[in-house]
Amino acid sequence: MADSRHKANLISLARISVVVVAMFGFGYLLVPLYNVFCEITGLNGKTGRVDEQAVAARYHVDKDRFVTVQFVVNANQGMPWDVRPAQREVKVHPGEIYATTFTARNPTARDMVGQAVPSVAPNVASRYFNKTECFCFTQQTLAAGEQKAMPLHFVVDPKLPKNVRTLTLAYTFFDVSEGAKAVN
Amino acid sequence: MSTAAATHDEHHDHGPAKGLMRWITTTNHKDIGSLYLLFALLMFFIGGAMAMVIRAELFQPGMQLVQPEFFNSMTTVHALVMIFGAVMPAFTGLANWLIPMMIGAPDMALPRLNNFSFWILPFAFTMLLLTFFMDGGAPAGGWTLYPPLVLQLGEAFPFMIFAIHLMGISSIMGSINVIVTILNMRAPGMTLMKMPLFVWTWLITAYLLIATMPVLAGAVTMLLTDKFAGTSFFSAAGGGDPVMFQHIFWFFGHPEVYILILPAFGVVSAIVPTFARKPLFGYSSMVYATASIAFLSFIVWAHHMFTVGMPVVGELFFMYATMMIAVPTGVKVFNWVSTMWKGSMTFETPMLFAIGFIFMFTIGGFSGLMLAIAPADFQYHDTYFVVAHFHYVLVTGAIYSIMAATYYWLPKWTGNMYNETLGKWHFWISTISVNVLFFPQHFLGLAGMPRRIPDYSVQFADWNMVSSIGGFVFGASQLLFAFIVFKTIRGGEKASSQVWEGAKGLEWTLSSPPPYHSFTQAPEVK
Repeated sequence: MADSRHKANLISLARISVVVVAMFGFGYLLVPLYNVFCEITGLNGKTGRVDEQAVAARYHVDKDRFVTVQFVVNANQGMPWDVRPAQREVKVHPGEIYATTFTARNPTARDMVGQAVPSVAPNVASRYFNKTECFCFTQQTLAAGEQKAMPLHFVVDPKLPKNVRTLTLAYTFFDVSEGAKAVN
Repeated sequence: MSTAAATHDEHHDHGPAKGLMRWITTTNHKDIGSLYLLFALLMFFIGGAMAMVIRAELFQPGMQLVQPEFFNSMTTVHALVMIFGAVMPAFTGLANWLIPMMIGAPDMALPRLNNFSFWILPFAFTMLLLTFFMDGGAPAGGWTLYPPLVLQLGEAFPFMIFAIHLMGISSIMGSINVIVTILNMRAPGMTLMKMPLFVWTWLITAYLLIATMPVLAGAVTMLLTDKFAGTSFFSAAGGGDPVMFQHIFWFFGHPEVYILILPAFGVVSAIVPTFARKPLFGYSSMVYATASIAFLSFIVWAHHMFTVGMPVVGELFFMYATMMIAVPTGVKVFNWVSTMWKGSMTFETPMLFAIGFIFMFTIGGFSGLMLAIAPADFQYHDTYFVVAHFHYVLVTGAIYSIMAATYYWLPKWTGNMYNETLGKWHFWISTISVNVLFFPQHFLGLAGMPRRIPDYSVQFADWNMVSSIGGFVFGASQLLFAFIVFKTIRGGEKASSQVWEGAKGLEWTLSSPPPYHSFTQAPEVK
């Protein structure tokens, strides 16, 4: 009696321990789930990346429609770089690739590495904003006092909902001089 | 050890070993229950002392007593100590003491695990509290540990993370023990739907714990690797997202608030029928309501983060899901009221605390509904209204139920009756002062006073002073509680095994105090 109960207890212990380990794993699984969810819904303002050749095949240029794209750049707290867009805003046709530049200057006396992270507002528009080339795809290195122009090529998906007439693309520059991984 | 094993086999009622080693090596559910409860009481006073510092600093506008950084540590560590050190161990202590006696078992199912799960707690909290003496001070970024702020913590950071890991391991092991005990150790005839509600609510709480504590462990591990191992789970520069931490944290955090209140529902469901001298109204609806609350608690987490910039659809979903929790909670409140309806009520101290619980927890529930309204939450978010809300549900909710439980079962545990007059004094001083303490915080919050700040604009001065006075009286009146408890442990009028005229359940069939091993012969349950 006592022995069989002891055995049953140990079996229950093992079963519940599996749940505990699984839930620890689930905590980590939430990370990719979160990213996938944001990608599908466009929440979080995450933008997409497309191939230049694919654009012509995928998009039909909508010459009748104009969308205003505004550019904003912020430096994160403690990031001394001075980054400005060449144009504050441009009017674009959906489906057509546009090129613009941003100018970054490192005013400090040391070489630095920066990483730009983009975000699009309004949220619903972010999945229709795609870049074919962007300085945010890689980390940017600026020597002490160096100034450089950085390219951005982007295209707005013609499927962008009709009520969206203005998009804001905001970049935040982070100081990653102390070594972080590259992201798009 | 061999003698202990020998006596165990003979089914004799042997007493505990002597001296300090009894408490360190004990595997007895009553010893461990007492350890948990005393530890919780100690932590209640440590966390309470921090609350006194907070209220003293906020007595007047301007910086009076402490540095702002230290004030922030006070709010942060007060929360960690009260949640993980006071309320959760107190409920685990009640579970240890009561569950075997309520289901007719000799002891918990896994006694060694039980010993281990208690004894890592003192180490966890010593580690957490020692961070006050480290460079950079104790944790000060809020108990919710939001990055990137929490990553700015100095040397204390890894110690805080490891302390949280240990607390998590402790409560996971405690929960495993509760589940295995309830599933495997019930007396013959004690079917699931005959179990006392305290056992039911703890079974569901234990499932919530094993489902969510590992997620918290994962979240704080991610913080740890973000800080030291170069990962970027929550660092935007590396492609991560700080808002994701809030999602993961509250996926744990919201079930956690039900972990803190479901056992309280069980306690109140035991006490109200005893003093109304009527069976609990709607037993099975209570069970289903508890299970529904537990289920819903997993799909409402983002109501803690309405202001992060969610789409309207998300705000609506989390708003309606949150409001839905009011339905099973309302079922419970109405069942307690119906139990009292036309009952032969008497108002001994446990009943006073239970009725105080029902009344004031409901106030906290209603302010919770106000916070659930997404458009209104933009005004209330991170104000003293939130502070008032969660202190109504945690202090006059969870803590009141623990005090009710202490008064109710203390005569059973010790064999001595507590002093009823002192108990009533404790109740009335606490209840008046706790409302003076927290009710004005609703007004402060609606007027826009932010939480977690050491200084405030002068228009908030009056209500803060009122609140602080209430706080000092409430804090002092808990010394009376400790006095009553220790006086009862040391002696007093002898209690009968029935203790309360209207009490029903297996624990009242045992002597007061009960034998060292509860039911060596399984009782018969009809």
